Amino acid sequence: MIVPTTVRLQREPFDVAAEAAKLSRGRADVGAVVTFTGICRGNEEGEPIAALTLEHYPGMAEAEIEHHVAEAIERWPLTGVTVIHRYGHIAPGEDIVMVVTTSAHRQAAFAAAEFLMDYLKTRAPFWKQVETTSGKTWVDAKATDDTAAERWRRP
Amino acid sequence: MTKLRYFAWVRERVGKPEEDVDLPAHVLTAGELMTWLSGRGEEYANAFTNPKIIRVAIDRSHVQPDASVAGASEIAFFPPMTGG
Repeated sequence: MIVPTTVRLQREPFDVAAEAAKLSRGRADVGAVVTFTGICRGNEEGEPIAALTLEHYPGMAEAEIEHHVAEAIERWPLTGVTVIHRYGHIAPGEDIVMVVTTSAHRQAAFAAAEFLMDYLKTRAPFWKQVETTSGKTWVDAKATDDTAAERWRRP
Repeated sequence: MTKLRYFAWVRERVGKPEEDVDLPAHVLTAGELMTWLSGRGEEYANAFTNPKIIRVAIDRSHVQPDASVAGASEIAFFPPMTGG
């Protein structure tokens, strides 16, 4: 069975509810829908931020996400996957990224959504720059994100 | 000619998003390419001062510094990723 997948990069905001509905509407085999939304916080390490700018590597970012979506489909019995990542200017409170996974049962949908987010953070070529009153700075990668991605590694 | 691309603070330090270069014959790996680039001027030296933290992609796939650059059409350098 072909699992419907969507991977999209865009400047514009997205509609999580609409995207989730697309993967379950009219289907009787979907028993679980898991959605994750990553949102721009209003402060970074205690300092208030005015905005985020997300830079990405066009072409490679899509390919890297698609590669991990294919791996998720191979590892879990999913019925659908949608990943949308924004780039460009993002204000505090706005959505940055969303992942929707659907399956007959919740375990696969939860695990796959977490797997996709962990890999997206460490392998998809995106870089965040934060704008504060003291200027613009690039966000440092976190070791905890590497650890989170490591746990999915297969022997 | 090989297209080199730079992202985030690597791009800012080098001062350009991309350029086409003829790789010298003695440059065999991604790591050797970083060493060669850092000798091209102050801005490159500044960008590649700590090559251990810079990630490399060849033709849009992640590679290790010992990866061969032979036949590559696009080589990208960037800091560890912070998306999501």
